Amino acid sequence: MNTIVSSNALAGSVVPVVGLKKYWVWYLMVAIVAALPWFFFNWSTGRHSGFMLTMLSEIGLMIIFSLSFNMQMGQAGLLSFGHAVLFGLGGYCTAHALNVIKAGSIWLPSELVPLIGGLGGLGFGVIFGYVATQQRATAFAMITMGIGELVAAAALMFMSFFGGESGVTTNRMSGTSLVGASYSAPWQMYYLIFFWMLVSVILMRLQTQTPLGKMANASRDNFERAQFVGYDPRMIRFYQFIVSGFFAGLAGALYAMLYEIVTFDAVSAGKSATALLATYIGGVGGFFGPILGAIVVILLQSGISLISSAWMLYVGVLFIVMVMYAPGGIWGLIMAHAPIVQAGKLRTLAWPYVRLLIPGLLVVIGFVALAELVSYVTIGAGQNKKLQYGALTIAPATIWPWLFGVLSLLLGGLWLRYESRSFRSIWNATLEQIKLQTSATGQAGGAAR
Amino acid sequence: MSASALSLRDVRKSFGKTEIIRGISLEVPRGQRHAIIGPNGAGKTTLFNLISGRFAVSAGDILLNGESLSGVPPHLINRRGLSRSFQITSIFPRMTVFENIRCGLLWAHGYKYSTWKLLGRQTELNEASEKLLERLNLHSRRNLMAGLLSYAEQRALEIGITIAGGADVILLDEPTAGMSRSESEHAVALIRGVTEGKTLLMVEHDMSVVFGLADIISVVVYGELIASDVPVKIRSNRAVQEAYLGSEVT
Repeated sequence: MNTIVSSNALAGSVVPVVGLKKYWVWYLMVAIVAALPWFFFNWSTGRHSGFMLTMLSEIGLMIIFSLSFNMQMGQAGLLSFGHAVLFGLGGYCTAHALNVIKAGSIWLPSELVPLIGGLGGLGFGVIFGYVATQQRATAFAMITMGIGELVAAAALMFMSFFGGESGVTTNRMSGTSLVGASYSAPWQMYYLIFFWMLVSVILMRLQTQTPLGKMANASRDNFERAQFVGYDPRMIRFYQFIVSGFFAGLAGALYAMLYEIVTFDAVSAGKSATALLATYIGGVGGFFGPILGAIVVILLQSGISLISSAWMLYVGVLFIVMVMYAPGGIWGLIMAHAPIVQAGKLRTLAWPYVRLLIPGLLVVIGFVALAELVSYVTIGAGQNKKLQYGALTIAPATIWPWLFGVLSLLLGGLWLRYESRSFRSIWNATLEQIKLQTSATGQAGGAAR
Repeated sequence: MSASALSLRDVRKSFGKTEIIRGISLEVPRGQRHAIIGPNGAGKTTLFNLISGRFAVSAGDILLNGESLSGVPPHLINRRGLSRSFQITSIFPRMTVFENIRCGLLWAHGYKYSTWKLLGRQTELNEASEKLLERLNLHSRRNLMAGLLSYAEQRALEIGITIAGGADVILLDEPTAGMSRSESEHAVALIRGVTEGKTLLMVEHDMSVVFGLADIISVVVYGELIASDVPVKIRSNRAVQEAYLGSEVT
């Protein structure tokens, strides 16, 4: 924990952790995340839930991956469709490194192995970044997409490095450790990921406050102006890409250690899309958005996929809904409430929210019902599954469940439309009121803030 | 070696078949405040874009402190000591006023692409930014998003970003356009102050600003330089009066 505190103190106003009194929330969150595995500890068997630990570990490394994606997307305005290339190659490097360490030819403690992936990501970041960052905006997106396809294809061709379709298997128990851990137990791996996640989050947060981080913002918003203060926007993009590559590679390394296998999946477009989805759902505008997004996406991926084969559909719909109605993502939605909370007016929104929630639920239920019915008819029925939820057995051959779904979706949708209008007017009125209040308390105060 | 801060030698620029700049030669000695005037579409802004490296010249050459700028990209021109503002306000709207100014100072303070130095701890840099903010009279707006500033304040901020890096040749493209009389008086005083001892080249439509600031006025009409002289002589120049006939001479 010492490292965390001192790095945070460095941040000053950046990561707000200096006094316990002021920043207790951050300490509390770190403590909760550290304690999480023990909420899923079975005292009678003396074992952790393997499923939960794997999911939590995956969330941890996906947080690093999504934040590294947002270093390009949010900070520098570079939309990459091939970010998983850096992640996956970092993973491959790590898998090979672990095998070499295990063979005894080099010595490197397990705790530091993720750095191999980081350096791998950084190295490939130099190569691919050199090509991709020649351009910006759409051209950049196209180049990264091309690189993604290229590497995914290469992964199936170059057997010695990528191991073909079966990938590269490894063993994270290399037998060397700084703290005497074998990493045979999933909880040990969880803490390794937790440690690197904390370090990465703090470092990436601090990076936003460095000259490069700031100029990345500057060239994103106005690359011409950035040129006329002496900066080469191309070099800004290039360096930012490389730094982002380091963290993507680090995440890939943790992935390789967690699953002890890296296949071409890790460099695939699907993996890139996961980072993109998580980042957009969480919010590209703020630093913390991708963290929330990674949590939501992995929960859906791991949790919902247990009970529904249509989970990917839900992630997709969530993505579309967020992009359409909340372009700032979950973080944007939360931050929109900041002035209202500050003015102590959150309570005025409580009832309007309840009124939104009811039709909102109807829409969700209707949509899920239809999606599940279709998914059952097309896939589930063939597998002789029964459409059953607890005591409720549904007969998809009759019209009733379909009618229920359609009606719930339609009526809920119309109702939601109606309610959202009145919600909007209440929301605007509240904001207006707050604005009037603050301007009444003095312009100087408002300006100083 | 030319003594001029800036010299243009038969500069031409064509877009497709249309020649916008048709052979302009001009010397701007060090320390001079030089204004370029001319009717709309005369090519004044294009000329600025050529000098600052935004566009490449079709023919001719531009020299900054005696060195040719042909083929030099904008950021390198900037590092050689030439800085410019834009006709349409060009700031970093999603950063605070303070951060805008600091971005303007970064390169000059030698930070380059550093990704390990925390800006909050760079005392000297931050103090220099504060000092410049005071000079621009924007200190009360320090923590406001630059995009939320009033128009005149944004223009002042842009001048601040432009001069922040310590360039000794300053190009200002219509710095007072769209300002009220009193705002533009403030702007003139500001420009006069911050360009003290520097070479200033400005495009401006407001004749009271031009005659108040410039040592030399050059008149560009249809991509050609028709006159370049001290303000008094420009005022009585026949060709200039003809070019401006019925338009905005005041």
